[in-house]
Amino acid sequence: MDLFEYQARDLFEAHGVPVLRGEIATTPDEAAAAAEHLGGGVVVVKAQVKTGGRGKAGGVKLARGVDETRERASEILGMDIKGHTVHTVMIAEGADIAEEYYFSLLLDRANRSYLAMCSKEGGMDIEQLAVERPDALARVEVSPLVGIDDAKAGEILEAAGFGVRDGVMIAPVLKKLWDVYQEEDATLVEVNPLVKTGSGKIIALDGKITLDANADFRHPDRASLVDEASSDPLELRAKERDLNYVKLDGTVGVIGNGAGLVMSTLDVVAKAGEDLPGRPHPANFLDIGGGASAQVMADGLEIILSDPQVRSVFVNVFGGITACNEVANGIVQALTMLGGRATKPLVVRLDGNAVEIGRYILREFDHPLVTVVDTMDEAARIAAELAQEA
Amino acid sequence: MSIFLGHHSRIIVQGMTGSEGRKHTQRMIMAGSRVVGGVTPGKGGESVRFEENPVPVFDSVADAREATGANVSVIFVPARFAKAAALEAVAAEIELVVCITEGIPVDDTAEFFTMTKGTATRLIGPNCPGLISPGKSNAGIIPANIAGPGRIGLVSKSGTLTYQMMYELRDIGFSTAVGIGGDPIVGTTHIDCLEAFQDDPETDAIVIIGEIGGDAEERAADYIRDHVTKPVVGYVAGFTAPEGRTMGHAGAIVSGSSGTALAKKRALEAVGVHMGRTPSEAASLMRDVMSGLRV
Repeated sequence: MDLFEYQARDLFEAHGVPVLRGEIATTPDEAAAAAEHLGGGVVVVKAQVKTGGRGKAGGVKLARGVDETRERASEILGMDIKGHTVHTVMIAEGADIAEEYYFSLLLDRANRSYLAMCSKEGGMDIEQLAVERPDALARVEVSPLVGIDDAKAGEILEAAGFGVRDGVMIAPVLKKLWDVYQEEDATLVEVNPLVKTGSGKIIALDGKITLDANADFRHPDRASLVDEASSDPLELRAKERDLNYVKLDGTVGVIGNGAGLVMSTLDVVAKAGEDLPGRPHPANFLDIGGGASAQVMADGLEIILSDPQVRSVFVNVFGGITACNEVANGIVQALTMLGGRATKPLVVRLDGNAVEIGRYILREFDHPLVTVVDTMDEAARIAAELAQEA
Repeated sequence: MSIFLGHHSRIIVQGMTGSEGRKHTQRMIMAGSRVVGGVTPGKGGESVRFEENPVPVFDSVADAREATGANVSVIFVPARFAKAAALEAVAAEIELVVCITEGIPVDDTAEFFTMTKGTATRLIGPNCPGLISPGKSNAGIIPANIAGPGRIGLVSKSGTLTYQMMYELRDIGFSTAVGIGGDPIVGTTHIDCLEAFQDDPETDAIVIIGEIGGDAEERAADYIRDHVTKPVVGYVAGFTAPEGRTMGHAGAIVSGSSGTALAKKRALEAVGVHMGRTPSEAASLMRDVMSGLRV
């Protein structure tokens, strides 16, 4: 889960990383009140969106005093930045910036370890810096067992070309950023820019954090970080039922077992729809997981059928652990429950564990909306065709 | 032969007394695996009956290893206990540790994977279906009745695509099929499996299945170019996945322009891997490869 800047700021503060004071606001009046709390001087009004380039898009503005803060906030709130609507702004203290640096700590999949990246040239787009001036961006492996201690902090800062005097100031901040990474179970902690002020203080001015959802069980307070305002309502419903669902923009609902098979199913459907009028393509990703019960299958189907964009549904199951009779029973259960409200055709492909019983159950059920097809490719073709004809 | 797992494998199951552990131990035994013990802290001295045969339970991996000579451990414990279980297996110098558990925090995996570095332990997974050398041994949850022994080697991030591919090629059969898992950090990579299959005299051709996220497939392509002379057939899933969304597997995510299915497919194609656009097409390419080899 990616966090908003203000959430990252709060986590930084909780772990002792130096940050500026800041408050969030969802209305211009709240923004004005925040400016007043901060002393009524110069503040920065910052759009809270989970995408880069907000400065260029006009989502970050300087304001002098309470009235100007209200005006700037009313301009930024509601703005669309790369498809993200601004619901919240952060009103932050102005900073006296002398120098801007870059620091990040992330999961290095290729080396199956952690990686610190650091540069004296912060503030700009780091991907651009990595391409244009790779020498200016130090990359240092960080052991998952040791983390960033004094020695590692020194190694990182030296590699980035910092002198001893700056290094002494910055090293404690890097150690605290490791605490954030480790203790919050992050997979990315990025500070850009990390600034040195005119008086020589080091401050994390803007931050980005990605948290590992697998570690949620260690962080019971995390539910409050979920951004419900920007979440798709179907995704929220699916999450409540513990279903692995991602909303997409097409018209063919897809449900299957196993992440790989479902991803593959999306591809096969998109390919089948390529040459059809309106190019029907997948409406969602839904993985019912291994060993799913009839109830899980029924829950999943119910979510997909309630998506107004869906015109046809493709159920694609290869039973390894999952039993095809459970899947068939789930289909029967969902369609029986929905009765006359079920109007969308289902194309079902079952193979593997208990396939004969599964197919038998669907044959006996003999529902006019259900078509059982032998192969995945053929089923995808039929599902795509049904989506364009409907 | 086969890779990693064979007649010599003596398996213990960590978490054998739990419901998943018990169910899959039963299946492994039915598939001919030699399951010599289970580990559940606090239940040492008990035993679990499978058919008529009792399998002893030990308090620790070290005890189990000493008593049974086990060289493989399969981990079924819940995510929050998986790190401790894996560290125990590594400390007991188990040669092959297969971690089935899904949903382990990546920081935990990073830690226990790092502990295997420089040791004789090979970690497979986590978040994987395990591996099977049909007719010899099965360590994990891959159904043994899908396909029998043969001369194809298979390596895949995905469990169900492994099953699908084994099913499509069931008449030809497999030396070993390895599900390496869909997490951002896994103990055994595509490259490790390619290397082992290349060296395995009982493997004639290799199927590699990938999916979005990271650059493991691209690096596998480099490895194939430099080291693999056996024919390779490939398939990659996730062409339609949107940027920035996790697609079921924790590691299946396109970040910016990196980790796309297209880049992976192109990288593999460029080094001569026969790429299928669907699992069935990949299977049919493998069929052509195998019949070419027989001529």
